[in-house]
Amino acid sequence: MDVDSSQGRMAVYMRDHQDKVVGRWSELVAAGLRGRSSATEVRRELDELYVLVIRAMSGADDQALGELRAALAELSRSRARNGFTPSETALGVFALKDAVYELVADAADLVPEYLVFSRMMDDLGLLTFETYATAREQIIADQAEAMLELSTPVIRLWDGVIAVPLVGTLDSARTHLVMEKLLETLVATGADHAVLDITGVPTVDTEVAQHLLKTVSAARLLGAECIVSGIRPQVAQTIVSLGIEFGDIATKATLADALAHALSRTGRNIEKAGPA
Amino acid sequence: MERVPISKIGTTLFVSIQIDLQDESVVRLQEDLADELAATGARGVIIDITAMEIVDSFIGRMLAMIGSISRLFDAETVLVGMRPAVAITLTELGLSLHGVRTALNAEKGLELLNGSA
Amino acid sequence: MDELPIRSGDDVVRVRQQVRVVAAKSGLSLVDQTKLVTAASELARNALMHGGGGLARIEVVTSGQGRSGVRVGFTDEGPGIADVDRALTDGWSSGDGLGLGLSGARRLVDEFELTSKPGSGTSVVVVKWSR
Repeated sequence: MDVDSSQGRMAVYMRDHQDKVVGRWSELVAAGLRGRSSATEVRRELDELYVLVIRAMSGADDQALGELRAALAELSRSRARNGFTPSETALGVFALKDAVYELVADAADLVPEYLVFSRMMDDLGLLTFETYATAREQIIADQAEAMLELSTPVIRLWDGVIAVPLVGTLDSARTHLVMEKLLETLVATGADHAVLDITGVPTVDTEVAQHLLKTVSAARLLGAECIVSGIRPQVAQTIVSLGIEFGDIATKATLADALAHALSRTGRNIEKAGPA
Repeated sequence: MERVPISKIGTTLFVSIQIDLQDESVVRLQEDLADELAATGARGVIIDITAMEIVDSFIGRMLAMIGSISRLFDAETVLVGMRPAVAITLTELGLSLHGVRTALNAEKGLELLNGSA
Repeated sequence: MDELPIRSGDDVVRVRQQVRVVAAKSGLSLVDQTKLVTAASELARNALMHGGGGLARIEVVTSGQGRSGVRVGFTDEGPGIADVDRALTDGWSSGDGLGLGLSGARRLVDEFELTSKPGSGTSVVVVKWSR
């Protein structure tokens, strides 16, 4: 394997002293991780990375840098899942600079190569930080989705009447989920009335109202009429002062009122039965 | 060009759109329905779109127009069987299809028509 | 990448069908597929009706974070759009129906890029990502 002279000498030097450098690197990394990873595990990970670093530096092999980045990204994601901070992972990468510096400290002619190496390690440290952030975002997104699913039940209230109790903020993500579940349930049950209960929605502003109106529109396209219930006094005042118009959509204070309304619209009344 | 067949049962015209319609066919349907309404004096039109995977702004507008044309012949139109994904997309598009009533299926569509007869 | 000509009403239907196939393969949810196909239908029709015919390009794309998506591009050699802002504002007022198609399509997709100059045709590229 031909070694590119610009990085060659230091790469050779590093390869010749692999054991010593990786040993020192492991020490520094383990110290930073404060015992959460065993020394042998750390050593194994670092040996593999070290080999990739040398290949990338010697420049003989185009894929080496790509593989190195991929390996570090994977390491970062795994650390993210295991609760390490991004700094801990990045510092682990930067620690190699210290270990190598100790090795080449007395070789003045290696300074230019060391600088190039150092810059490469800085980039890689940043990479681990970014990958960590992305991995955490994905975890948060997954959790948010799970929570959303849990908090959007669709209830069969009566023959032909279904109810959707909305709890929490009604943002566009939840609205989307509500619309999907509501429409699917309309098809499955053949219901022609849906009650959207907003008792659990803390604030109703113009955006929330728009989401409600969108949901009502969608349900209407499937032949179902919606009733919005759970309008609390303060919410009523906010709605009026914001100038929000519910138009021809029926609104009621409670779910019970909404159910009675839906039943009467379909020609049914609840009466007390005679003496038992 | 595909022509959508129109059936008549009692005083109601039935249309079932089974295929991916190109614009010409929708316009043709509008014309054919107008002819049928004039010729038969039907009081109701049921358009079954269960098989339609998308309804875009053009088709949506055509469907709304069919509703208006029917009314001129003193007939009521009911659009039935819209798929949830299509309904959500139409709502996002901002198309409300005013002028056409809707129902979950042909049976409910008929109930609607007979109720308002 | 699929390249489909848009020269007739049948072509518009073909574009819809191909976008549906690609969208389904890319893991888009049913609602997202429907939105993308609907947007594609609007844009293909525009290319045919206002652009005098054109081309659709459909391809699968991958984001930096590894999500997959579908990119559909429409080009035509028509007269171009003089007032892009107005064309993108909602409304039936434009009479020729151009308004709602474009602004509607924009609402249905995740990324929307429109380039048009009078005399040099129009290009619209949209992307929908899987969640």
